[in-house]
Amino acid sequence: MAATLPPPRLLPSGDSAVTVEFSRTIDDAANERVLALDKALAANPIDGITETVPTYRSLLVHYDPGTIGFEALGDKILPIASQPLPPATKARRWRIPVAYGGEHGIDLEDVAKALNTTPDDIIACHSGGDYRVAMIGFTPGWSYLSGLDKSLQMSRRQSPRLLTPAGTISIGGIQAGIQCLAAPSGWHLLGRTPVRTYQLHRNPTFLTEPGDRVTFFAIDHKTFGELDRAAEAGEIVAEQVTA
Amino acid sequence: MSRLVVASIGPASSVQDGGRHGAQRYGLTVSGAMDRLSLAAANTLVGNEPFAAAVEIGPFGASFTARDGAVRVAISGAPRNADIAGRPVAIDTSVTLKDGETLTLGFARGGAFSYLAIEGAIKGELVFGSLAVNARAGLGSPYPRPLQAGDEFNVDAASGAPELRIELPKPVSGPIRVLLGPQDDEFDDANKALFLDSEWKISATSDRMGYRLEGPAIKHLHGHNIVSDGTVIGSIQVPGDGAPIALMMDRGTTGGYPKIATVITADVGRLAQTSVGTAFRFREVTMAEAQDEARKFARLIKDLPDRLRSSDTVELNIEALSDANVAGYAVSAVDAGTWQVTAEP
Repeated sequence: MAATLPPPRLLPSGDSAVTVEFSRTIDDAANERVLALDKALAANPIDGITETVPTYRSLLVHYDPGTIGFEALGDKILPIASQPLPPATKARRWRIPVAYGGEHGIDLEDVAKALNTTPDDIIACHSGGDYRVAMIGFTPGWSYLSGLDKSLQMSRRQSPRLLTPAGTISIGGIQAGIQCLAAPSGWHLLGRTPVRTYQLHRNPTFLTEPGDRVTFFAIDHKTFGELDRAAEAGEIVAEQVTA
Repeated sequence: MSRLVVASIGPASSVQDGGRHGAQRYGLTVSGAMDRLSLAAANTLVGNEPFAAAVEIGPFGASFTARDGAVRVAISGAPRNADIAGRPVAIDTSVTLKDGETLTLGFARGGAFSYLAIEGAIKGELVFGSLAVNARAGLGSPYPRPLQAGDEFNVDAASGAPELRIELPKPVSGPIRVLLGPQDDEFDDANKALFLDSEWKISATSDRMGYRLEGPAIKHLHGHNIVSDGTVIGSIQVPGDGAPIALMMDRGTTGGYPKIATVITADVGRLAQTSVGTAFRFREVTMAEAQDEARKFARLIKDLPDRLRSSDTVELNIEALSDANVAGYAVSAVDAGTWQVTAEP
């Protein structure tokens, strides 16, 4: 698996961070390498690294240029990133309820039109998928998923919307996502989930981890309201499937 | 214990500190002061740690009243008029408000953000080591949202320490410096040149999350969708419409538009202080230069206490000088924005 990937690239992200890129596309093998490098750097810390952010296909390494320079850090990271590393994660499985369409998924009809199909088919296809949490980012708990069916892949909006609601379930490009908080987004809104992937005073604060598996199931808008109240009170309304 | 009451305040003002680090991997935004140097200067003036929590005041005016005792504060950042009951107060100085006195700040004249540091710092519940307000996430303390009139802080009573001013180096002027990348290969040479050679203005739709830039449309080589990856403060994304967005303190930790360049650490605060509609340019620098500047910037903040001076040396009674008609050219010096201390005490 790892052998099929080209050597990682180091891309400067300003003077205090470097992107260690394993692939240009969404690729679960590359993502495994990202998570494995992340784990390796946590186990054997390099002086100067302040924080790491695993993403689909690259590991963003924040560092302090007062402690280590770009070249020296690259020289230390590349050998670790280039060697085969054991898989980093043990997958958990979540079933996430979604109220599709209407006020909760304002783009559902337009997506159906653009893809020359019906809203029901979009729902069936989206909720029929088996996804992997490839990364978490943008805003707290925003879970980026790989595994979006090819028939649902479409370009993001030309210009992002300035505000989309908390709990938005959306698709963008070849990605699917669970958005926890209200935020700007250039993705297409299919529905909303009452599940909070981030809730400050709940244990755990963050529900999903990179490497977790996710499936969706449709709920009606009344059930959404009930689950939303339960979630607000601190319940984890996602169902964890025991392997 | 004294209280500092927010008597009036405009939008885009909140409690900020050095930011929330360590949970970007869960999408937890860093936040923190838009202009870290000014935050650090204000804090240093009242004896706080450089990145302690202070009030970040947006471009509009604000006023603060001391209650239940005296409160010692300092203001740094964007130039603006400040007074206590008509008595002018210079920026980059500390000042003690007696019980019941009100410090009034005018609109920013150039720049965007000022920092009001309070001796002993703002207190509250830390989340991931920070009080910084991230209004979108409902995070930050004591008020997890923009400040409103009537908000108040429980603060240490003023120590009575002598008032100080701080001599900051002359601000760097000229283009905002950037490193190209991490996705500059998503743009051809002509469009990279267009980005570097054009004049830009900050759009009125900008906020602590991102500064939208008005100028020519930058075209992508392969379209505007990349697989979302990590962002840093200062990342300059180019979305589909070609109008770049410089990601600021409340940025998302990841993003899916190609990033043509990254503002160097030492210039993020300068970009943050560029007011809406002011024209500016970018300039490409090397990694070596950027890292050297980042180290210098860190050293500048660390060594701020060495720049403290007694405030007595600049206490001028402007009205008396004007009345006596001896102030001459010095009258322009009451403009806090152009105030330059030229002589050592």
